[in-house]
Amino acid sequence: MNQVLSFWLVQNLSGNNTLTLLLKRTEEGFPTSGNDRERVFTLKWQTKEKAVEFVVSSIGLVSVIVLLLIGFFLFKEAFQIFYKAGALQVIFGSAWYPTYDPPSFGMWPLIMGTLAVTLITAIMAIPLGLGTAVYIAEVANHRVKEFLKPLIEMLASFPSVVLAFFGMVVIAPILSNWLSPILSEKLPELLKSTNIPFISTTLADFCYDKLFIASGLNISTAALMLMVRAIPVISSIAEDALTAVPRTYREASYSLGADKWETIWKVVIPASVSGLSVAVILGIGTIIGETMIVLMVAGGAAVVPHWIFDAARPMPAAIAAEMAEAPYQSLHYHALFGVGAILFLITFVLSLISDFISKKYRAVRIGEKV
Amino acid sequence: MVNDKSIFTINDFSIYYGNFKAVNNIKLPIEANKITAIIGPSGCGKTTLLRSLNRMNDLITTSRVEGQVLFQGVDIYHKDTDVIELRRRVGMVFQKPNPFPSSVYENVAYGPKLKGIKKKSQLDEIVENALVRADLWKEVRDKLNESGLSLSGGQMQRLCIARSLAQEPEVILFDEPTSALDPISTANIENLLQQLQKTVTIIIVTHNMQQAARISEYTAFMYLGEMIEFGETDTIFVNPHNKLTEEYITGRFG
Repeated sequence: MNQVLSFWLVQNLSGNNTLTLLLKRTEEGFPTSGNDRERVFTLKWQTKEKAVEFVVSSIGLVSVIVLLLIGFFLFKEAFQIFYKAGALQVIFGSAWYPTYDPPSFGMWPLIMGTLAVTLITAIMAIPLGLGTAVYIAEVANHRVKEFLKPLIEMLASFPSVVLAFFGMVVIAPILSNWLSPILSEKLPELLKSTNIPFISTTLADFCYDKLFIASGLNISTAALMLMVRAIPVISSIAEDALTAVPRTYREASYSLGADKWETIWKVVIPASVSGLSVAVILGIGTIIGETMIVLMVAGGAAVVPHWIFDAARPMPAAIAAEMAEAPYQSLHYHALFGVGAILFLITFVLSLISDFISKKYRAVRIGEKV
Repeated sequence: MVNDKSIFTINDFSIYYGNFKAVNNIKLPIEANKITAIIGPSGCGKTTLLRSLNRMNDLITTSRVEGQVLFQGVDIYHKDTDVIELRRRVGMVFQKPNPFPSSVYENVAYGPKLKGIKKKSQLDEIVENALVRADLWKEVRDKLNESGLSLSGGQMQRLCIARSLAQEPEVILFDEPTSALDPISTANIENLLQQLQKTVTIIIVTHNMQQAARISEYTAFMYLGEMIEFGETDTIFVNPHNKLTEEYITGRFG
């Protein structure tokens, strides 16, 4: 946006007769002494240059200032809860009962909810996202690529509320009504009938206990939906990074007797590791900040999840669900800002890490570091 | 001129990109342990021909070939040919120095590691040997762990030559190896090539006719995909048989 505007400004403010005249005169030698006419032109030109600079930098400043103000407001509102209830008790407290009397604002279940959902999603989405990127960039032929690339980018623009709704009414019932009986009843019976030690006893009991899905709205279902959200982010950034690896690296590798997989694995991936890391980090950032899916599908229980089929109330879900009912300037209101501040810090640290990685590997690319 | 000393024998060989015939019906013997230069104006197919000798052209999906290229008597385009093995034995150095963005050591050790050599002492020996042969050891012995990209242009190109030499190839194909280098680096590379020809057969594509005249034993002149003239470099440059060759080397076109 800024770039477009500044381009327009440069076009319109300096692309006029004054500049042309001045340029004509510079060809004959720049005026060094007292011609007033020329001096006026020079002055005018410089003033316009300054004006463009001022307008463009003001526009840039506005977005920075807005961001700073939001940050300031967030931390100002959040400060109250950490001050009044004690930062450690709030962050590590295990009970999130904001409407009880007396209320309790332990955010640990919310934080762990976010971490659990993020972890399960990351385990699925990172290999799938990177694998998709490698396939599109390195393996797929031209026609498949032309078809798959826009398709996956379209997936990224899929409204998350629709995705969440789909998870709620389609995936969740499948898990609880169909998958659960198979995994926790039929499978243990089958295992018991084998009469093989360990398998017919310990493993069967494990399936019976652990693979029973009480409700389809749990962190695994949420993770499944979040995966659909994260894969396009990861794969499209990763694909750009892989495509940006110079052809000359690949040629060198092939000419040394490497096959396609060795070239991808030992040359292309190491050369694009910064872009791939950034893809992964931004993908994780998307998962952490995603609200609608965890609000509708994660189950909503503010307890620390212990198993993949437990329900959870990740941080964005808590804020979205409770902000409307928290009285203005109440402790609950401040506690939700506190959750927001922690969320902000997590994503901020993630983007710092991605920045650090980019800088480090830029140095590798130009040969300053190995 | 086809004799026992030929390491490559190119017979009625044509290369197509789609429907375009880039190289037309070429016959060319390459003598072992000599430098053979291929000259000709831009777009004459000389690089295409060079890249077909270790089947780097396979990477371009629309390319296809007709005819025969015999490497030590074996047709390299036969379906049973192991392309990986061929590329180990016929190395390549490119127009623009292209070291990997890793250390000098890792650059040279890349090929041997692919072959499965893991022992540090053995790799050390191969790396040192290759760098010595590429006349680079003295300059980089203290910075083996620094990035290959931190070297100067000429050093980078010698690193690429060392990387190729680490495979103990029998032939190295050079695709205008000095066109991105300054005159001093160019002279260094030319001296290096003349040392190397004792142990390695060299085929070099060059735009620089003086370079061909200075270093090569045999010269092939190509024009519009055809092999116009091939012979000893002295003959080609002093007493060319073909009028086109004469016009090209005297600078009347190209």
